[in-house]
Order: sequence, then C-alpha cells, then structure tokens
Amino acid sequence: MSRMYSPTMPSVYIDQVGVEERVSRLNKRSIKKSSKRSMLNLAMSMLDLTTLEAKDTPGKVRQLCTKAMHPHDLPTIPAVAAVCVYPNLVRTARECLRGSKVKVAAVATAFPSGMSSRKVKLEETRWAVNEGADEIDMVISRGHFLSGEFRYVSDEIAAVKEACGDAHLKVILETGELSTLDNVRLASDLAMYAGADFIKTSTGKVQPAATQPVTLVMLEAIRDFYYDTGKKIGMKPAGGIATAKQALAYLVMVKETLGFDWLTPELFRFGASSLANDILMQLIKEETGVYQSLDYFSKD
Amino acid sequence: MEQTEKKKSETLNGTRPNGQEGNKRVSVRKTYKLYIDGKFPRSESGRYYALTSPEGEMLANICRSSRKDFRDAVVAARKAQPAWASRSAFNKGQILYRLAEILEGRTAQFTAELVSMGVSESRSKQEIQASIDRLVYYAGWTDKFHQVFSSVNPVESSHFNFSVPEPTGVVSIIAPEENGLLGLVSVIAPAIAGGNTVAVLASSAYPLTAITFAEVVNSSDVPAGVVNILTGYRSELLSWFSNHMDVNAVVYCGSDAEEIRLVGENASLNVKRPVILSPGDWYSPQEENPYRIMELQEVKTTWHPIGQ
Repeated sequence: MSRMYSPTMPSVYIDQVGVEERVSRLNKRSIKKSSKRSMLNLAMSMLDLTTLEAKDTPGKVRQLCTKAMHPHDLPTIPAVAAVCVYPNLVRTARECLRGSKVKVAAVATAFPSGMSSRKVKLEETRWAVNEGADEIDMVISRGHFLSGEFRYVSDEIAAVKEACGDAHLKVILETGELSTLDNVRLASDLAMYAGADFIKTSTGKVQPAATQPVTLVMLEAIRDFYYDTGKKIGMKPAGGIATAKQALAYLVMVKETLGFDWLTPELFRFGASSLANDILMQLIKEETGVYQSLDYFSKD
Repeated sequence: MEQTEKKKSETLNGTRPNGQEGNKRVSVRKTYKLYIDGKFPRSESGRYYALTSPEGEMLANICRSSRKDFRDAVVAARKAQPAWASRSAFNKGQILYRLAEILEGRTAQFTAELVSMGVSESRSKQEIQASIDRLVYYAGWTDKFHQVFSSVNPVESSHFNFSVPEPTGVVSIIAPEENGLLGLVSVIAPAIAGGNTVAVLASSAYPLTAITFAEVVNSSDVPAGVVNILTGYRSELLSWFSNHMDVNAVVYCGSDAEEIRLVGENASLNVKRPVILSPGDWYSPQEENPYRIMELQEVKTTWHPIGQ
C-alpha cells in the first residue's frame, strides 16, 4: 500500500486509545535471565550519554567521555553509542574520544527553543560539524509547525540536512509541545521526507519528554516510511527514560513495530544521562546475584 | 411454631435502620497486606501463607514477601532517608511519641489480635503497654543521645577536634520471631529515633500485630518510606536482607548459629554493620538503652583548624 505524501496533509490519523492499549499490552512482556542481560547490554550500546546544561565544563565533558568509552570494569559491558553535548564542547569531546568508536553528537539550531533565524541555525550546524561532530541533533520550529507553516519547517530541515554534509541528522520534534499524536505523526512524516536520518522525541527541556505512546506513533511512522520508500530511518526517544526496566519496554516496542533490523545503535538510540547507571546496576546484579547501590557507581 | 420463629430471628442478627429484618450480615474482614513506601500493597509475587490460631482456626492469609518486595522497600527507604535524617531531633521525638499515642488508642484491637494468635489476655495487655512505654522511651532519647555520645577530643595539633554520631542510613531488620509486637517496636524505635529508615521482616508466627502496627505508623506523621514492614519467611529472605548493597546495617534477632554466620558473611560484601540481638527477654529493662540507637550510628570526627 502506498500513500500519497504531502507535507501539509496527515497521511493517517492516530487512534489514541488504540495506541495506549497497544503500549500497555507490550508492557506486559516479561524478560528474564540471559535475554534480559543481552537486552541490557544492547541498551547500553544504544545510549547517547548526554549532558546539556548551561553549566557544563570541559572537565565534566571529559569525565562523561571516559565513562562513555569505559562504563564499567566488567569487560562484557559495551561502550555507549555517542556522547551528546553543546556545540562549544564538541572539540573537547572529539579529542577525548579519539581512537574509540564512540561518536560525538552535537545539538544545534538554537537548541532547545529553535528561536533564531535560519541563517544562524545553518551557521551553527556547519560550525558544529567543523568542530568534529559526527551527528547533529536539530530542533524543529514548533511555532511555525503549530501555526500550520509546514513547508517552512520542511524546508528548514532540508537546509540543515544539507549543511550537515556527511554528519547524521537527528530531528527533534519536541513532542511535549505538539499536543496531539496526530501532530506527532505529521511532524515525523515531514522530518523523514525532508531528509532526517533519525527522528527524536524531545530536547529533555520540556515536560512531558519521551513517552511510550509518542514513541510508538513515531516508530509506526518510520515503518510506513520504510514501506513507502525503502529507507530505514532511526529513532531516538530522549528525556525521562531513567530506569533499565523502561529501556527494556522501549526495546520491546521497537522489536514489535520494526523488527530485528532496528535493534542496533545505527537505527535506535536512547538519549539519557542517568539511565547508564541503572543499566549498570542491573547488569552487575545479574552478574553477582546481589542488589546494587548507586554508592558504587560514578555519578556522571 | 413460636419456637421456630424465635430461632429464625436469632440467626438474622442484622436489622436494617428502619427496623426491618434483613439478610444475615457478613462481617467485613481485614486483608493483611505489606507496608511499603506509605502504601499497603500485596506481595508482588502473589504468594501468601495461611495463619491459624492455636486451635486451628483460620485467621488470615498473610503475604509471603519476595526479594522484589524487599528491593522495593529498600528503594523507598533510601528515598526517604535524607529528609527523615534532616528532621530536627525534637520533631523525630514528637513523631515517636505520636506513635505511642496512637498505639495506646488502639489497645483493644491489638489485644484482640494477640489473643487470636494464642497470647493470653493479661500477657497481651502487658505486651502492648511495654510497647507503648518503649516508644515513649526512645522518643525521649532523640534529642539527647547526641549530647551524651558526642565528644570534644584532645589532639596534639592546633585543631578543634570533635566527634558526633550520624545515622548510618538504610537499615534492614529481621525482627524477633517471639513477641510479635514488643519485639518489632523494640527494633524499629531505636533505628528511626537515630534518623535511619528501615525495611523490617515481621515475625512469621505473629504477623497480624505487625501489619496493624503499620497502620499506626501510617497515621502518626511518620513520612512514607521511613518504616517499611514485610511479612513472610525468614529462611527465604534472610540472605536478601543481608546482602543488599544499598543497605548500610542489618539487624538480626535470633540465635541460629548458621543464620548468624550467613548474615555476617553477606554483610562483609559492602561492609555493612551487622547487629546481632539474641535477648531472652524483650521485657527486660536492659532492652531499653541508648546503645540500641548508637549501634546504628556512624561517628563523624571533624578537624577544625584554630589559632596560630
């Protein structure tokens, strides 16, 4: 089945009750023992370890990068996928991560509000890529989207994509400000057709951040886009995912909506800061059989 | 004919407000559940054991807690601990005294429960009074033990050197099997008086009063998570109570040599403090002493530079 795509018209309407039902049904899955352990390791390898505070310093970023490359002494625990920082700290992260497979992601385009001119946004994007960012996390102009200027938003994403060059582009929809699931679906379609490599739920600066219903709607948009175009777009829920249990629930949704192909850091990421320690605590619990304490894990 | 009428009215012991006779009223019995984070959940495992009176009469189904219930209790206790410790000493005393007040008002209920579990009526009254007195005793110590156990230490260098007790943090407690109420109160009171938060396993033979005591805690201004009470089997929970890395001290009441060895060994994992209590008599005046509080404190020593 092929849909006609237009950036101004929703291709499908979302049944909110149905989405919530499906989420709650998927949450009943119970994952134990060796499956749990491998899923936790997978979740670890999908992490975008994030620090996005105005008080961030090069010292904090270096500490985070060390943790990203070497989360724990246990050799079976993988490094995370990327470190996500503000553009002015990209160079620090780049130097710190040299020689490892951990990528550098930078937020850009007047993150988190996106309230600036297109010229400034494109300039910031080029600068971040120049500084050494492998991935750019941009925000859409929610004001324009909500006032119906879909083409403006679409053109802006396409322009930023072009400015990215070889860098991967993640498009943040900031679903907490889009108010309806229909809007989430429309914004997802719009971002993917405009050239996004990843679509991402939130900046982490707005409540609610990532929720399961929103993520499911976006995953289904990715699935439909794949059927229509054959292109695989990545997904990144961000903000509010703090426990290993929540992470497992998200992975179940991915598997059930998109299949095994998407269970890779190339196509799925978690944006989080405190999730890493909870995953570590669960993995060490599986390893030692003893419940763990945050006292024994590094804070950042 | 008259006789059968009488018999019928005897069995119909429920009368409606308008005076008409209704159907026989079925008494509403309490479901005994756990007490975690200020709420009364069932065991996540769904398991229970039947508690019977010495005469073999079914009393209640008691939740058989799992390690996950204990884990949840520790999470709640950890969350509540800093705020509880930072309450003023006087306020902690007020709250412990409030526990005694509410317990006093519930004497009839506790007596009935102890009697149903096979304790004689006079012994029940004695146990409840001793429990109330014990709460009042520790309520009095909350704003005094710092003075008694702090010290200013003579040192050779030009430092003002002093030591003060601070709560150790989260305490897991295996309450005594005997004296279902007094034993429970005797181990909870000194722990919370010192600013700790607790996850307690109640006596498996006398669980009714433990859960009713949780209701007392719940209605006495004790913040959620400060006291968490579980019921279940000691044999299956002992190792979890003693090996959890986020627990700072474990109190074990009993005298089983193998269990004591296990507690000590598990406590060594994160060097938590093991406190082994094997008193023969919980009524003894020796059970009321401030060292029960001090056993669950860490001493912090400060070196403060002075002078030249």
